[in-house]
Amino acid sequence: MTDTLSVETASIPKVKRRKAVDWDGYLFIAPYLALFLLMIVTPLLIGVWLSFTKGDLFGVERFVGFENFARLAGDPIFREVVWNTLYFVVLTVPTLTILGLALALALNFQTRWAAVLRTIFFSSTVLSVTVVTLVWRLVFLPDGGLLGEISEALGQTPVAWLNDPQLAMPAIAITTIWWCLGLPMVLYLAALQQVPRELYEAAALDGAGRWRTLWSITLPAVRRTTMIVIVIEIILQFQLFGQPQLMTLGGPNNATRPIVLFIYETGWRQWELGYAAAAAQVLFAMIMVAAMAQYFVSSRKEEA
Amino acid sequence: MSGVRLSRISKRFGDVTVIDQVSLDIEAGEFVVFLGPSGCGKSTILRMIAGLETVDDGEIHIGERRVDHLKPGERGVAMVFQNYALYPHMTVRDNLAFGLKNVGTDKQVISKRIDEAAQSLEITALLDRRPGQLSGGQRQRVAIARAIVKEPALFLFDEPLSNLDAALRGRTRLELAQLHQRLGATMVFVTHDQVEAMTLADRIVVLNECKIEQIGSPMEIYRRPATQFVATFVGSPRINLLPVTVNAGTDDKAAIALPNGEQLLTAIPMAKLPEGESFTVGIRPEHARIAEDGVGEVTGTAEVVERLGERCLIYLDLGNGHKLTAEDRGGSTVKAGDTCTVKVKSSRAHLFDSTGKGWHAEGE
Ligand SMILES: Nc1ncnc2c1ncn2[C@@H]1O[C@H](COP(=O)(O)OP(=O)(O)O)[C@@H](O)[C@H]1O
Ligand SMILES: [Mg+2]
Repeated sequence: MTDTLSVETASIPKVKRRKAVDWDGYLFIAPYLALFLLMIVTPLLIGVWLSFTKGDLFGVERFVGFENFARLAGDPIFREVVWNTLYFVVLTVPTLTILGLALALALNFQTRWAAVLRTIFFSSTVLSVTVVTLVWRLVFLPDGGLLGEISEALGQTPVAWLNDPQLAMPAIAITTIWWCLGLPMVLYLAALQQVPRELYEAAALDGAGRWRTLWSITLPAVRRTTMIVIVIEIILQFQLFGQPQLMTLGGPNNATRPIVLFIYETGWRQWELGYAAAAAQVLFAMIMVAAMAQYFVSSRKEEA
Repeated sequence: MSGVRLSRISKRFGDVTVIDQVSLDIEAGEFVVFLGPSGCGKSTILRMIAGLETVDDGEIHIGERRVDHLKPGERGVAMVFQNYALYPHMTVRDNLAFGLKNVGTDKQVISKRIDEAAQSLEITALLDRRPGQLSGGQRQRVAIARAIVKEPALFLFDEPLSNLDAALRGRTRLELAQLHQRLGATMVFVTHDQVEAMTLADRIVVLNECKIEQIGSPMEIYRRPATQFVATFVGSPRINLLPVTVNAGTDDKAAIALPNGEQLLTAIPMAKLPEGESFTVGIRPEHARIAEDGVGEVTGTAEVVERLGERCLIYLDLGNGHKLTAEDRGGSTVKAGDTCTVKVKSSRAHLFDSTGKGWHAEGE
């Protein structure tokens, strides 16, 4: 008995040990895994299932297959909100990325002023959407608002930003950029501080001027951060909701109605849960595609 | 190729003076090594020459040109950093080309210079790799090649070998010496390693606490250390120091009394020594040999015996609160715990007065 046992342990100790380690690992992630399955995966799957049904809050009536999706494809309002959302993403994501980098470059100094300014620029991020939209409604208000006062002082007729179908979305984009700029800035600041000082010194000795150094040393060094910033911002800005909900109610004439507002109104105003769930799946797919496309494009570039 | 002149340069960080009125002339084609303990300001001087630190006081000339107000890129210098500082996202070739492109060098000239430098440093096969795909030694060669292609008036090295393992360090050291012979360029090299300084330098500048302690050829530094600091910093194993009393010996030479009362005659002229000072004698281990016949001046107990092959180092406790490192032949039979007698070659002894200034035998 002892003999066989010792032979066994001698021949397969590696396998045994590795298994034990694996289970230890699972134990460590178990709390998070449980929450993840319960709070994220389950609702996600329920959402997918809901999108194939017709029903309201009191229960699912019946399974309808792809009917909801077919209806979405033919829904002119849904098409409009998709365009609105894409337009908003195009307005905000590149601007947030470029401005975030520019601010980080400008404030990447160890002086007290730079520290104060960094804090100020980041502080808008911690405000709630209610406060942010309140402030910016006051800015955009045609009579008595900040921009209105300025244009009156210049002898111009004040523009009603939030009531103009052409200007309402840009106004919401400006509000959003002001609100969200802190995160890209901080991410870029962290990245810039990782660049070894010696690289800049070597570049200075190699006779590189400011722009050459920015282009050849700094930008390549923050490339990964740029990718992360863009993916994060794509995911965030596709989910635009609070700002139009509080500033324009989706108007004027649906010009600022994004997908999430559409989902919200379809689900919780018209009680068409299945239809709303289907719209949510479309949004999910759009975010995935956009984020993945960005990921592949930039990792392809890195290889080249 | 041009020399360098530092005229009373100073550097302060806040209230702390890191370099205090340092002057130095480096001749064209000379290999000068700054040697000193960590934190003594070697890198700061080098970086002031390169233009990476501002100069608070004084002037720097490279050749005939005053450079202390020029940008780093305009000084015609190339620097090799301790951590290589290669551009991580560029290929080796682009790393080498970067500085040349920035000054608008002709494309053909660039590729010719890169090929030559790559060949001489044997990195041709690595030209299309990124720094991340190279070993430490290869990176260092690339960093050196990046300096060479610029054909600078002056090469600056800041501890370029300290990240390499011992074998590679020795090899690269040799190659740097060959490089200097081949190019004949002016080179300034910073290190805290006395072996690097001794083997590479035409002249060594020993620094301590923001000041130059001594400037001299390696053998001058070793044989006639200007101060007690230089004597202890250069030479391995460390020089032996013992407090002594000095009195007139024969021939106008100074005689010394060791702590154990033994009298020795040095070759140091008595007339020049300051009077009424307390002195310390410096005896290098190779001048304190184990006396096989038992006839010698100092006796002690062997604490540790280090066998180096061609010789042995015997660390002795003299029993009066003092220690002494002595040498013996490779086949020494001394064991730890043995009592040994040491024969001191007192004609090679150095004296240091209470200010640390060194006094030596005449000649050499
Ligand atoms: N940027 C700086 N700010 C403040 N003190 C510095 C700075 N750079 C160097 N020092 C100080 O100057 C002294 C000399 O530094 P350094 O020239 O790097 O020494 P070494 O190269 O000889 O080790 C050290 O005491 C260091 O702390
Ligand atoms: Mg240093």
